[in-house]
Amino acid sequence: MSITLNALLKSPWVFHLSTGSCNNCDIEVLDCLTPRFDIERFGMLLTGSIKHADVLLVTGSCNRKSANRLKVLYDQAPKPCVVIAIGECSLSRGMFIHSYNCPVPLDKIIPVDAYIPGCPPKPEAIIAGAVKLIQKVRGK
Amino acid sequence: MYLVYLIVYGVIATACIGLVASWIDRKLTARIQYRVGPPFFQPLRDIVKLLGKETLIPAGSSKGMFMFAPIIGFASVAVASTLLWMNSGTSAQSFLGDIIVVIYLLAIPSISIMLGGFASGNPVARVGASREMKLLLSYELPFILAVLVPIIKSGYSLKLNEILRTQSMNGSFALSISGILALIVFVLVMQAKLALVPFDIAEAETEIIDGPLTDYSGTGLALFRLMKNMLLFTLPFFLVILFLGGFHLDGIRILYSFLKYIAILLVITVIRNTNPRLRIDQAMKFFWGPVTGVAVVAVIFAILGM
Repeated sequence: MSITLNALLKSPWVFHLSTGSCNNCDIEVLDCLTPRFDIERFGMLLTGSIKHADVLLVTGSCNRKSANRLKVLYDQAPKPCVVIAIGECSLSRGMFIHSYNCPVPLDKIIPVDAYIPGCPPKPEAIIAGAVKLIQKVRGK
Repeated sequence: MYLVYLIVYGVIATACIGLVASWIDRKLTARIQYRVGPPFFQPLRDIVKLLGKETLIPAGSSKGMFMFAPIIGFASVAVASTLLWMNSGTSAQSFLGDIIVVIYLLAIPSISIMLGGFASGNPVARVGASREMKLLLSYELPFILAVLVPIIKSGYSLKLNEILRTQSMNGSFALSISGILALIVFVLVMQAKLALVPFDIAEAETEIIDGPLTDYSGTGLALFRLMKNMLLFTLPFFLVILFLGGFHLDGIRILYSFLKYIAILLVITVIRNTNPRLRIDQAMKFFWGPVTGVAVVAVIFAILGM
């Protein structure tokens, strides 16, 4: 494994995007930064700019307005970059599956590397998902 | 000889100490917030990771300046720290006016961040760069007044070497009234120069994404981060030379020099963790009002010999 990939897995910076979620998943994502869970132990930081990010966390049901923005943001992210879908809405649109405003699920718009189900997922589940994704990239 | 100093001390030693300092800063911040904090090699890993990432140049930016700005900032910090290191070794080499050169070189990192922000063409980066400019204008005056105090006390000498020699004969300047006032001013200005919390107005993460660095990715961002980590060593180093008698690299005095640096780093981190961010107008009023007042009083005391 190359040095830069090893460094990447040990300091993944996270950009957090809500595509029309109810904010419940977003609160759980922010919980990961609190003293109880503290993901800075693993070198993860929440960044404000997509240009600094290595991980794109997506919550919410990808409605018509935000899908375009999501695509632009994914194109702007410097590669290598992974995408994690958090919560039932971004996995399968959840209760909005028959809505006129949510035409396709997230993984039809951009490639998704890890799915974390739950409504909302617990912070433990989010950290476990991140660990599984890191192991998957290491295994390649 | 100068090249050896530049590469060994100016770049490698300063970068290593700066990365360790950055880890200490992050770890202390985490402990103050009852968190565990990052592992020891985390700042180095961040830099290595960013060097391996894709570098994106935004459309509509001025490309040359966008790529060149991080290099200007990095180079100026490296040269400034080289000048400071050259006065701390056993064979001190100093020239007339090197203190003025250091003052200028320490202003260039802010200017390079401004250049990068304006060149990237991002509206958020422009707001950040304009705030950085206002902040630079507000803290340069008290900074230069604070640096005047050691110059006056060492008999109007513009040589770093002369300042160190005066302090080794008469005790450090921080023990006198004017010295301690100037030291307080210097610590406040240092906080603004490092863009740490009460004065991190230019990079306010919660309002303007990451300020001037918003559009930087990959190598440019790595250079800017490394520059900031090096500045976290270079500015306290300048303070120690001006007010606390400099670093000594021989025998048991290494430990004492180390303690001086750690104490200053501790002060910076504690100020950073116990203060809310100011608005740009509040910061300007603060620097042009009370801080400049204290600095002028310190200069007057220094002229009177106190």
